[in-house]
Amino acid sequence: MLLLDHRYHHLQQLRSALAFLTYPLYYLADLPFTASRWLEETTDSRESLQDKNTELRRHNLRLRAELQKFEALQAENMRLRDLVGSSFKVGDRVLIAELSSVDLDPYKQQVVINKGSASGAFEGQPVLDAQAVMGQVTSVTPFSSTVLLITDTSHALPVRVLRSGLRTIAVGTGRIDELRLPYLPTNSDIREGDRLVTSGLGGKFPRDYPVGKVTRIDRSPDAPFSNVLAQPHAHLDRSREVLLVWTVPNQLPNPALLDQPVTPADDAASEPLTTANEGEGDSAPAASPTPPTAGEPAT
Amino acid sequence: MSSPGHGRWIIVATLCVAMLLMILPMPEWARPFRPQWVTLTLIYWAIALPHRVGVGSGFIAGIVLDVLTGTLLGQHSLGLTIVVFIAIQLHQRIRVFPFWQQSLGVLVLLVIEHLLALWVSGATHGTTPGLNYWAVPLIGALLWPWIFVTLRKTRRHFKVS
Repeated sequence: MLLLDHRYHHLQQLRSALAFLTYPLYYLADLPFTASRWLEETTDSRESLQDKNTELRRHNLRLRAELQKFEALQAENMRLRDLVGSSFKVGDRVLIAELSSVDLDPYKQQVVINKGSASGAFEGQPVLDAQAVMGQVTSVTPFSSTVLLITDTSHALPVRVLRSGLRTIAVGTGRIDELRLPYLPTNSDIREGDRLVTSGLGGKFPRDYPVGKVTRIDRSPDAPFSNVLAQPHAHLDRSREVLLVWTVPNQLPNPALLDQPVTPADDAASEPLTTANEGEGDSAPAASPTPPTAGEPAT
Repeated sequence: MSSPGHGRWIIVATLCVAMLLMILPMPEWARPFRPQWVTLTLIYWAIALPHRVGVGSGFIAGIVLDVLTGTLLGQHSLGLTIVVFIAIQLHQRIRVFPFWQQSLGVLVLLVIEHLLALWVSGATHGTTPGLNYWAVPLIGALLWPWIFVTLRKTRRHFKVS
């Protein structure tokens, strides 16, 4: 049975069915925290709410200004790509999900989020937070799904070094703040401080989302590969809200499902980044990919 | 005396509480020290009512726990099945021990379960946990007298037999 699950993933259906049954337990475990947050929000004073509102407004304005620039760049980019005849399209859809306050096995890097197949989530779906790539969905139930973080030892992520365009693979180390790039020859063009973005190879993750920063490089002359460590940008242990991303059009859920949880009324206060993107409508590709450069000022 | 179906719900309910304790969020430093609640509860029921809680219950509880904590399907059930089996074999001896001796016996069972889980996870995804991995069975054994008393009270109160 262990072997079946590990090697062939035949038991995925059984797991999903059981996970559906255990959802009440997740809900119960999360309940005290949801309740306390709700209480905190409803008893928030008028002044602090106003303060928060003004601050968010200002933040939103700044993001919009950046977005204008980005839109112009995007349009230019598409035009240039048309000129060289490339069929690449920018544009993904996103949905905000929240982490459940649930602890899983402490030796695996996994989290549970509160959106499942009822909201259109699917296995292998990329998950981001406001900063960078977080991980991918590994199992879905109607109302919750499990996300494997990029730092888990069983996770590998195709990345690209932004400065040199060098492609490689980032493997999790099992520590929440560390990634390893094990397949780089000693003479490869990489420096400390280099930024890593997803390369889009492998087909699971959309390209050009920020991943992390190279923190340490050990080059020993007798080893074929250098030992490169990187730090993920995403706040893997702190983020409360995450974004589920749809990149391929045929994976998109019913638009009604998508728009409902991210209507401005619902989330304008909590996530200015997405509401700005969601206003675009269905036909035009929404401009949601945070360009690698815009990832930082947004924080 | 109540109907036989009555007691089953009490057993399932205690197991559910134990599972809840397994996934309840804890501060980051305390996470590796979470005691094996489900194993402890199952050991109690196996010792108290060996004719009702058997290897099959251990297996099912293990599968549910695997799904709940996102581990490989079967990782916990392997350990729990074996632990319940040993507990049932030894239940007449463990029952008459004083508390501290019971705790020692339970410690051995917890270590067996933990070791099996370590083997499975080591064979499949290669994270080597530190030395504090072994503090977990110790904490469990220290908690045993309280769990034993609580569950015995529950059992007598609801007249499960």
